[in-house]
Amino acid sequence: MNELPQQLVNGLLLGSMYGLVAIGYTMVYGIVQLINFAHGEIFMIGGFGALTVYLYVLPDGTSMWVALPLMLVGAVVAAVLVAVGAERFAYRPLRTAPRLAPLITAIGLSLALQQAVWAWYPGAKESINFPEIAGGPFEIGSVTIQTGDVFLIVAAPISMAILAYFVMKTRTGRGMQATAQDPDTAKLMGINTDRIIVVAFALGAAFAAVGAVAYGLKYGQVQFRMGFILGLKAFTAAVLGGIGNIYGAMIGGLVLGLAETMATAYIADIPGFDQLGGQSWANVWAFVLLILVLLFRPQGLLGERVADRA
Amino acid sequence: MRQRSLIAITAALAAGALTLTACGSRDSGDKGSDSGGTTVVIGVDAPLTGDLSALGLGIKNSVDLAAKTANKKKYVDGVKFEIKALDDQAQPSSGQQNASTLVADKDVLGVVGPLNSSVAESMQKVFDDAKLVQISPANTGPALTQGANWQTKKERQYKSYFRTATTDAIQGPFAAQYVVNDAKKKKVFVIDDKKTYGAGLASTFTAEFKKIGGQVVGTDHIDPDTKDFSAVATKVKNSGADVVYYGGEYPQAGPLSKQIKASGAKIPVVGGDGIYDPTFIKLAGPNSAGDLATSVGAPVETLASAKQFVADYKAGGYKEEYAAYGGYSYDAAWAIIEGVKKVVDDNGGKLPDDARAKVTAAVQNVSFDGVTGKVSFDEFGDATNKQLTVYAVENGAWKAVKSGTFTG
Repeated sequence: MNELPQQLVNGLLLGSMYGLVAIGYTMVYGIVQLINFAHGEIFMIGGFGALTVYLYVLPDGTSMWVALPLMLVGAVVAAVLVAVGAERFAYRPLRTAPRLAPLITAIGLSLALQQAVWAWYPGAKESINFPEIAGGPFEIGSVTIQTGDVFLIVAAPISMAILAYFVMKTRTGRGMQATAQDPDTAKLMGINTDRIIVVAFALGAAFAAVGAVAYGLKYGQVQFRMGFILGLKAFTAAVLGGIGNIYGAMIGGLVLGLAETMATAYIADIPGFDQLGGQSWANVWAFVLLILVLLFRPQGLLGERVADRA
Repeated sequence: MRQRSLIAITAALAAGALTLTACGSRDSGDKGSDSGGTTVVIGVDAPLTGDLSALGLGIKNSVDLAAKTANKKKYVDGVKFEIKALDDQAQPSSGQQNASTLVADKDVLGVVGPLNSSVAESMQKVFDDAKLVQISPANTGPALTQGANWQTKKERQYKSYFRTATTDAIQGPFAAQYVVNDAKKKKVFVIDDKKTYGAGLASTFTAEFKKIGGQVVGTDHIDPDTKDFSAVATKVKNSGADVVYYGGEYPQAGPLSKQIKASGAKIPVVGGDGIYDPTFIKLAGPNSAGDLATSVGAPVETLASAKQFVADYKAGGYKEEYAAYGGYSYDAAWAIIEGVKKVVDDNGGKLPDDARAKVTAAVQNVSFDGVTGKVSFDEFGDATNKQLTVYAVENGAWKAVKSGTFTG
């Protein structure tokens, strides 16, 4: 049986999730040149927000068709609140400080958020089961798609389309582009840059929250550490695509997801490479790809389109 | 502006530091409450937080129960036992720090733990240098006692290291025989997590599986930090395997089993004692029915010797289950208590100055009827009790299927 179509789908699904989270890194970087290392934890908070709605707000046995939209709202609200709070209380006071200060703050915040959930969320000291959508997998040709993945397949393109429309067509979106190009001039042109920065953090958090719900549905669990590795991967995706460029984040995510999956599936089949294949080497190959891309295109895949980065 | 940024950083760091220290200091209190007599501390090192905490907390509670039982019975005259439990988060680096901490505490005369073979590797030398006895209830890596070349030339590694669990040299082949002879599966896909325990178990399984006529149709190694095994699951499905053997632990095994079944391959996943935990079933979902695990010893619930332990554990009011290694942890702690008793008795009712070395020597020769059967150690420090049991997932719980031992 030919497994290539299935592996391509696996890669695209993983990549869509990376892409959703990568948008938050790239937007914040594009506007305030800050690498927000706490973004992975914002993603994690989104997962727990959705879980809280399901476990503690909705009555037991609510149909997933009713629960899912409400969980999505819970995820977005939790993630946006934490992200905006972080911007207001941790990053804004440091906006004029040397670049290193907000970076260290971001790492500290990341640890603090992780440990706070670990310490105070009931049962979060180990993985918590995430509700699943009932129904068997769908077979399309030789490709099997899980019920939990359907959400990701639908949500990722819609989210990205909404984002593209928002950034290109709305006043706030154009304000974001202007602030990204030159914050001082943007301010002179009457753009409230403080507000734009908050919007960038909030939007990034909202997309991460959508990604977190997809993660929960896909893997059937959330845990306090889920944002760490995924955040690193998403950051890698953002760099791969060209940090600062929202289309780059999407493309970077997809490329990274495909690269990891293809490395897992096929590297071991190359003669002489049987020791270097398999899932434990997938990260190595993904980073080899990153290094190669950065060698030949230091700005990332789409990094040159500086004009509309936001 | 400057001031406020300082406040922000300090607040973030303080919040982080507070939560971090909270995990270290939780269990080490309760000292100085002894009224007369000598206090002997039994150290415990296990993952008390994180994914493997279900197993780790079972170890801690069972050792606590052993110490309390000894105190209640006044088993060693004039000696009061206490425990000091440290969290290693399943990380070798934390394990080594904990080992140093325990060595530094002069009241510690023995340590129960750790859970993970990879953590044990980082601790063995620290304890051996201090001549402090260490008994693991759960380590199954053969190299820990018999050296890296255990297949050809067995050699005792550290005089202070013992274990109450059986080794993978027996567990892997035992599983292979069950899969081929009883479950009638001949085509296996072998996956491991590249850690000391998982890779070791997978290799002993593979060797025996091939020897008795099975065929390995594929292998893969997973990265324990990720949860996405869809690519591996697709490979398993297309390999035509009728069974999967996984060397590793339940935090990865659960999602792996789930994703393999979701890919369309309705074949059982078989693992070792690392996946024998209710959490595996929780993570793997309802499709895990029929998955198999081997675990050390006969099922604690069925042993007559264990009835008292199970009843006492319930009466003890512990919040967590005793889990897979409860009985072995109790026996490990009791072996230390026996060792201390012998040393105290030989020294006229008092602890000698070189108590640590004497207790280590005494543990080598202990022999008593414990929770899991006869407890004694061979010349390598391994348990002489080499019982194993196959468990299967049935109606959302592990059910014992077959007990026995691998005889070669």
